[in-house]
Amino acid sequence: MKFAKWSTLALFALTAAPALAWEPSKPVEIVVAAGAGGASDQMARMMQAAIQKNNLMKQPMVVSLKGGASGAEALIYMKSGAGDPHKVLIAYSLIYMLPLSAKIPFNWRELTPVSVIALDQFVLWDNTTLPHKSVKEFIAAAKGANPPFKMGGTGSKREDHVLTVFLEKRTGAKFAYLPYKSGGEAATQLVGNHTQSNVNNPSENLEVWRAGQVRALCVFDKERMQYKSKVTDAMSWNDVPTCKEEGIDVQYLMLRAMFLPGKVAPEQTAFYVDLFRKLTQTSEYKDYMEKQALKPVFLTGKSMLDFLEEDDALNKNLMTEAGFVAN
Amino acid sequence: MEAFGLLVYGFSVLLTWKILALMMVGLVLGIFVGVLPGLGGPNGVAILLPLTFTMDPTSAIVMLSCIYWGALFGGAITSILFNIPGEAWSVATTFDGYPMAQQGKAAEALTAAFTSSFIGSLVAVLLITFLAPGIASFALRFGPPEFFAVYLLTFCSFVGLGREEKHKTIISMALGLLLAGVGMDTVSGQLRMTFGFDELLRGINFLVAVIGLFGISEILLTMEERLALRGHAASISLRVVLKVWKEMPRYWVTLLRSSAIGCWLGITPGGAIAASFMSYNLAKRFSKDKESFGKGRIEGVFAPETAAHASGTSALLPMLALGIPGSGTAAILLGGLMVWGLNPGPLLFVEHKGFVWGLIASMYLGNVVGLILVLTTVPIFAAVLRVPFSAIAPMIVVSCAIGAYAIQNAMFDIWLMLLFGVVGYVFKKIGIPLAPFTLALVLGNRAEDSFRLSMIGSGGDMRVFWSNGLVGSITTLALVLLLWPLIGGAFGRMRSAFARKTATGTADVR
Repeated sequence: MKFAKWSTLALFALTAAPALAWEPSKPVEIVVAAGAGGASDQMARMMQAAIQKNNLMKQPMVVSLKGGASGAEALIYMKSGAGDPHKVLIAYSLIYMLPLSAKIPFNWRELTPVSVIALDQFVLWDNTTLPHKSVKEFIAAAKGANPPFKMGGTGSKREDHVLTVFLEKRTGAKFAYLPYKSGGEAATQLVGNHTQSNVNNPSENLEVWRAGQVRALCVFDKERMQYKSKVTDAMSWNDVPTCKEEGIDVQYLMLRAMFLPGKVAPEQTAFYVDLFRKLTQTSEYKDYMEKQALKPVFLTGKSMLDFLEEDDALNKNLMTEAGFVAN
Repeated sequence: MEAFGLLVYGFSVLLTWKILALMMVGLVLGIFVGVLPGLGGPNGVAILLPLTFTMDPTSAIVMLSCIYWGALFGGAITSILFNIPGEAWSVATTFDGYPMAQQGKAAEALTAAFTSSFIGSLVAVLLITFLAPGIASFALRFGPPEFFAVYLLTFCSFVGLGREEKHKTIISMALGLLLAGVGMDTVSGQLRMTFGFDELLRGINFLVAVIGLFGISEILLTMEERLALRGHAASISLRVVLKVWKEMPRYWVTLLRSSAIGCWLGITPGGAIAASFMSYNLAKRFSKDKESFGKGRIEGVFAPETAAHASGTSALLPMLALGIPGSGTAAILLGGLMVWGLNPGPLLFVEHKGFVWGLIASMYLGNVVGLILVLTTVPIFAAVLRVPFSAIAPMIVVSCAIGAYAIQNAMFDIWLMLLFGVVGYVFKKIGIPLAPFTLALVLGNRAEDSFRLSMIGSGGDMRVFWSNGLVGSITTLALVLLLWPLIGGAFGRMRSAFARKTATGTADVR
């Protein structure tokens, strides 16, 4: 009896073995290129939970915060980890911008692209205690303001700063841009009326929007956000107009993508492509996309590479036009 | 009574076996850390911080804050028994505690130290309980100019009120500010002072600096002095405890004054060290019997211990509500908070009620449990010091190295820690205080950022620092404190002129 049990087990193991491809042999580190509590960190923790709950991987995932030097720490860390298949970076636009603005010795082509898992929106927000109810009124007030309106954002010469420059170019209004350390800080400062506006991601201002302390003026995208369930008492994400509808043609979407270090084996990349594909089918992922108003996408392989090259060129243009490229 | 209801809620969060067990572990570790010279509260918390990364935030902070309470209690033990302050803030405790121990009154001195520590933190916790709900909305009024004014106040109060020579404090602070500038500059988005080294990108981690400056340098000094750890036998009987407790109410003025000083310096980040010295000096100045201070007077133990503990506890309030740490340990806890995904700041009290009130409830419980624990375990901890120094020193060095490495998993940080150990040793030798250096390293970046953000917002107009009542009064207070030695000196001359007339003038401890 005992023998029979062992032999079936052995048989099972033999038949199963060839089907098993590469698998992580130790805990996998999700490297976050931002501080704790930021959008990347929240996303990493969602992934950690979804992968654990749905048993998508045998080894546990650990979130590793490398937000030093505005995220450059994480990029250097990934670069130096070439060949190590137990590190995945959750990347955003800093992979294009930091090498340009701060001359960080890094190029995303040195890493191994795995998949793009979402696109993040940017929204123009102001404080609810201000009198203007629409983007037009806000811009009109900003044009006449002296001293200029203060615009809060994360970091200097990065996506928030770029958006502010383009908002200025398209409308003729002038803003005093205040670079904070995180989106959370930019949110708190807007609530305290120390800035008049910010261009935070939906997730960064979600809580204060629900508390009725800030107003969503418009979203920097071609089309409205798709989510129609009420987030605040009166509004859903879908109720926020696009900036284009309101006459300001500024658009920007930011990638949220996964990268392995360079020089990893193809079967190792394949494992993670499959892992993240399964992840995007979990209810945790779908709930997260809706709650944080992210655009769910899944790109991998050639389509991802094409996307990255195009996005890289676009960001380079924006940075050059904004005058943020270091010589 | 909104606060009371919330406090009860806090206790309900806390009263699980898991958290109570973590609390005991934290307290024991903390007392241990407090007893060991060179391994102070900040180091203990820093080293053990990564262990908590996998816990939920409430359990993690309860354990870490209990290490903190334990260290505060433990610091007094070695000061009194061996004349070695286990913590910088218990230096003042040695003035009268050690003479008491030599006179065979070690038990009385220890009881006095523990009990007054308990009273100090109790006052501070009460203050936190009733101020905390209001402080959140108050905190929203803090924009860049207000934050800069607070940092300025901290820097100025160190220069103005510190015991050390002013120019040395300023040298130390300036070096700290310089090193704080290494790495990415948030305002311009550019790298500074990295000289092309990738390791310097993330800047100099102040925890690494602290472990080196305090831990390693203390070991170096102790080695040099060939310090023999000779201890007096200590045991505490219930009779002695009751006797001290009976005596205590007589010193209510000292206890109250010291608590007030502690709370004030804890909230405006002056720190436990300043608080303990200041209240010792004031207790002496207001005493009718000044001569007996320094010769084993129990009041000389009450005053610094009450203040140190009150300050150590209340330092957590600005850390939670504003994200400004009131002490080195609070600064480390601040880092921990961020690691656990909590953003310290005004909304913390709204968004994470369970966490905040669990922590506040743990302060009550942790201190009661801590008091009982230290009273019963004194003989055991005193025995630690009978282990030869040559056996203990390597253990401390190794634990420092592990602590420095674990912060960012970087070997480079261990070298940096050793370098700071040497720097700390040199600083101690030439009498440059370490506290301003650490303070500047922690707050330098934030102070610089908030100053530059204020300037961007105001278009370069310095009047922004007097633009409303709040920022104006903090800035003014900062400048008054900076110039305090001059102002205080003028007062002092007036008073001594008066004193000479009445012929009762005495020298100041300072």
